[in-house]
Amino acid sequence: MQIIFTERHDCLSVSLPFMTAPLQHIIQKNTFWLSPHRCVFWQEEEALIVSDLHFGKTGHFRKNGIAVPAQVYKEDMQRLVDQISYFKPKKVIVVGDFFHSESNKELDLFLKWRNDLYMIEFILIRGNHDILENNWYRKAGITVEEGMYAIRDFGFVHDPAEVIPGPSFIFSGHLHPGIGINGAGKQSLFFPCYYFTSTQAILPAFSKFSGLAMVRPKKSDRVFAIVDEKVICF
Amino acid sequence: MKPGTSAGYTIVNQWLNAKGFQPFTFQIETWQHIIDGNSGLVNAPTGCGKTYSVFLGSVIRFINEHPLDYTKQKNNGLRLLWITPLRALAKDICRAMEEVVADLGLQWRIGVRNGDTSPGEREKQKRNIPEVLIITPESLHLFLAQKNYPAAFQNLQIIAADEWHELLGSKRGVQVELALSRILNCYPDAQQRISVWGISATIGNLIEAKEVLLAPLKKESVIVRAHIAKNIRVESILPDEIENYPWAGHLGIKLAEKLIPIIEQSKTALIFINTRGMSETWYQKLLDIAPQFAGVIALHHGSIEPELRLWVEDALHTEKLKAVVCTSSLDLGVDFRPVDTVIQVGSPKGVARFLQRAGRSGHRPGETSVIYFLPTHSLELLEVAALKQAIREEAIESREPMLLCFDVLLQFLCTLAVSDGFEPVQLFREIKSTYCFADITEAEWQELLLHITEGGKALQHYDEYKKVEIEDGIYKIKSRRIAMRHRMHIGTIVSSAMLKVKFMGGGYIGVIEEWFISRLDPGDVFTLAGRNLELVVIKEMTVMVRKSNAKKSIVPSWMGGRMSLTANLGHVLRKTFNKVLTDEDEIELKALHPLFMLQQQLSHIPREHELLVEQIENKDGYHLLVYPFEGRQVHEAMSAILAYRIGQIIPITFSISMNDYGFELLSDQPIPVDDNNVRELFTSDELLLDIQKSMNSTEMARRKFRDIAVIGGLIFQGMPGEHKKARHLQSSAALLFSVFEEFDPKNILLRQAYNEVLSQQMDEARLRQALQRIYQSDIIVRFPKKETPLSFPIIVDGLSRMNLSSERLEDRVKKMQGLL
Repeated sequence: MQIIFTERHDCLSVSLPFMTAPLQHIIQKNTFWLSPHRCVFWQEEEALIVSDLHFGKTGHFRKNGIAVPAQVYKEDMQRLVDQISYFKPKKVIVVGDFFHSESNKELDLFLKWRNDLYMIEFILIRGNHDILENNWYRKAGITVEEGMYAIRDFGFVHDPAEVIPGPSFIFSGHLHPGIGINGAGKQSLFFPCYYFTSTQAILPAFSKFSGLAMVRPKKSDRVFAIVDEKVICF
Repeated sequence: MKPGTSAGYTIVNQWLNAKGFQPFTFQIETWQHIIDGNSGLVNAPTGCGKTYSVFLGSVIRFINEHPLDYTKQKNNGLRLLWITPLRALAKDICRAMEEVVADLGLQWRIGVRNGDTSPGEREKQKRNIPEVLIITPESLHLFLAQKNYPAAFQNLQIIAADEWHELLGSKRGVQVELALSRILNCYPDAQQRISVWGISATIGNLIEAKEVLLAPLKKESVIVRAHIAKNIRVESILPDEIENYPWAGHLGIKLAEKLIPIIEQSKTALIFINTRGMSETWYQKLLDIAPQFAGVIALHHGSIEPELRLWVEDALHTEKLKAVVCTSSLDLGVDFRPVDTVIQVGSPKGVARFLQRAGRSGHRPGETSVIYFLPTHSLELLEVAALKQAIREEAIESREPMLLCFDVLLQFLCTLAVSDGFEPVQLFREIKSTYCFADITEAEWQELLLHITEGGKALQHYDEYKKVEIEDGIYKIKSRRIAMRHRMHIGTIVSSAMLKVKFMGGGYIGVIEEWFISRLDPGDVFTLAGRNLELVVIKEMTVMVRKSNAKKSIVPSWMGGRMSLTANLGHVLRKTFNKVLTDEDEIELKALHPLFMLQQQLSHIPREHELLVEQIENKDGYHLLVYPFEGRQVHEAMSAILAYRIGQIIPITFSISMNDYGFELLSDQPIPVDDNNVRELFTSDELLLDIQKSMNSTEMARRKFRDIAVIGGLIFQGMPGEHKKARHLQSSAALLFSVFEEFDPKNILLRQAYNEVLSQQMDEARLRQALQRIYQSDIIVRFPKKETPLSFPIIVDGLSRMNLSSERLEDRVKKMQGLL
């Protein structure tokens, strides 16, 4: 066990570069903004890319007698609205697991809110959790794509393991990537992260009610961790 | 009626005499109390007929009720409820009781009910309940989850809690308390009719143990003591040469050869090792140096496949084994008659555990139990001397009962809601009558009720929370799915994340902790159940392996293997220091004379009323060593507090390491502690505040929360054959903890996690006592020129924490020893 006492600042904020605003990231001459709120804004296409929102998860748990606080969902949804009003996208691309399970009343809250944002296009690349009836998505104004979806040379898929050859750069989710930071002594802290290889980007799960799968980056990979509403480059 | 004159007593006594037995005084005393309808606690060691004390009491009472036709009375309803912590014990007890019943010609049936009982058998027991039911705490709660359960207790006369010392101090004990409070109130005459008896080995707080069990029973009660002396002889295995610079764990395996003649001379030996990892190493080592033992020695620990463990236990009974290398997995349970030798390797950390292990040999009353002690480093010899003293003084540890376990209570409320439902006002009175929940407030009670009915904070009309519903004032679970799921999850034993280990071709070997296996790559070889296994692949929750002939393998470490010295043993240990240089009688102390001469010469030998602080400077930096002898757990908290308080004087970075004797703060700059300021560092003023500032209580609470979340019903573990969508209900405790921390920080289960950290992990009460003791002591600060014998094991322990590989560590330690 090791404890480090330093004055005024904690070790993370001195040793690592950080930003409070979204971080600009250029891929093939396109500009992507990595938001500290777990989504990416694609400037050229005016599209917001998000993954693993798991809407309705708290409701699903609660309906089954497991008392998790429903505030998580409320906050998740509020955060999405905030991001939409900040970036003002024309469309939202969800790379899977928009909804957690079967329909429940929490999704009614989503529908109500969807009505207020009718002018925004929603594209969902179906994830393993998206098991609602097709009719439901139609009513909600969500276009559902199966397998892989592409815009120009950029592909979108839920599970990075199910990439189909074609596009030169691919966005995915599913894994809920996280990264451990060895802080003071033996304590290690874990944070959600964006995980970039030369041909892929895996997005952090948008929902705060989701676990993390630790990634082991290779030297050529780049990892951007989300720490206290800041995007930190590794 | 006196036992001597009652029909029951006469008949039972005749039966005993015919068998060639004489009842012990404590048995007769207990029978008399049972005849009189009293309740209480029987204090008797294992193997002295404690089962008979309460069981025959209930038989006598029955015969007295039907003196003329007791052999003809059938279907008498449940008369004796026998709660036992161990499934393995149930069978043996059942056999013993059946023998009595058959010999006396009673028409009684003895039922066993635990996780192994078949559904058919359960159904039969429900329709026609046996006179005696032997049950585990978990199964008892499952029993209370059945519709119309009170009917079973209509004729109940006696509730016995066997091995109560084992249950007390755990959440299973709380389960027993809660079940008792319900059974004793489900009929108006129950309080009058039912006697409650605890059966316990000797512990430091017998009176409290009795009060905890009998709290819901509003009657006077007694303690019956067996007064059966057990002679215990402790034989130390002394190394040929005492290392003046002891290195924890290093010495033991070198002494393995000295065990061979001891094993050879015994019928059967039990070799107790403190951790599962070390037991694997020892098993291999014994086979290496004594190949003749192949086939007649075995390995037994909690991570080995249950069938293999059962085989070992059977082989122990039938005298097929010469020795078994085991961990605390064989501490409890039925006696193995052939065992005549017990060997303890390394510190047993507490007096009670040492006595219990010693008692595994020489079972018959009056026989002497011999226990060999093999030290893993030379300072442990000092512990043996202290243990001997403690045994002479009968200074045995207390078991502290757990308080306000809201997770267990939540589970219990749902259990009752599943069966007949409950009425909250009456139930609150019952709950408050238990020892565990005597201090529960009305507000906390309301919060619990709200938790099960409305699920805490919700999104008003978008919420569909459903668990317990209220119908005419009765709280009930009506959903069959939720009820079924709840029944599957009753219990308080939560295992850590374990993966099964299987051969590629099939065949189950055991379980291993996830965090250990996650650090291995395919092709790596590790040891489990005494076999070298090569990791092939991890599939879902199973580790697939194949046999390996590799010479080198990694010995797994299992978490939670490290026990801490008890306060009790620490106290005796400090006293032992008074005579380390003068005592000529204890061979252990005599052997240590050269070591303590060196300690004296370089620094100081702390006496009972002193605290030694050493400051040593070497190329690693500045070491501050403190020796409170309070055990690793207290040292963990105390060292963090000290580090924090020194950090208030100047900005400074520490690396901390510790053992059961003391702790070390290591820094790259001089540590500003001397005679002038040292006392204030140990003040217990502002202790709580400093604990919060110095320790990562959030991280500790997160770990505690795992068990709480499972017991409290927040984690759904899935069940066989359920729909794949069940996975949509899974989440980890760590994730739930984060979610509650952020979105419902006042949640009652979250609060419990923090309370458990304070009361158990940091043992705040004990920490405070220790600080107060130190504050009153003479604090001796010394500046030795080099490492002292006391400091050496701690400094070496610190080295191993800096991620040096074990080989390099060994070289480094040798070098250090050479330099000194």
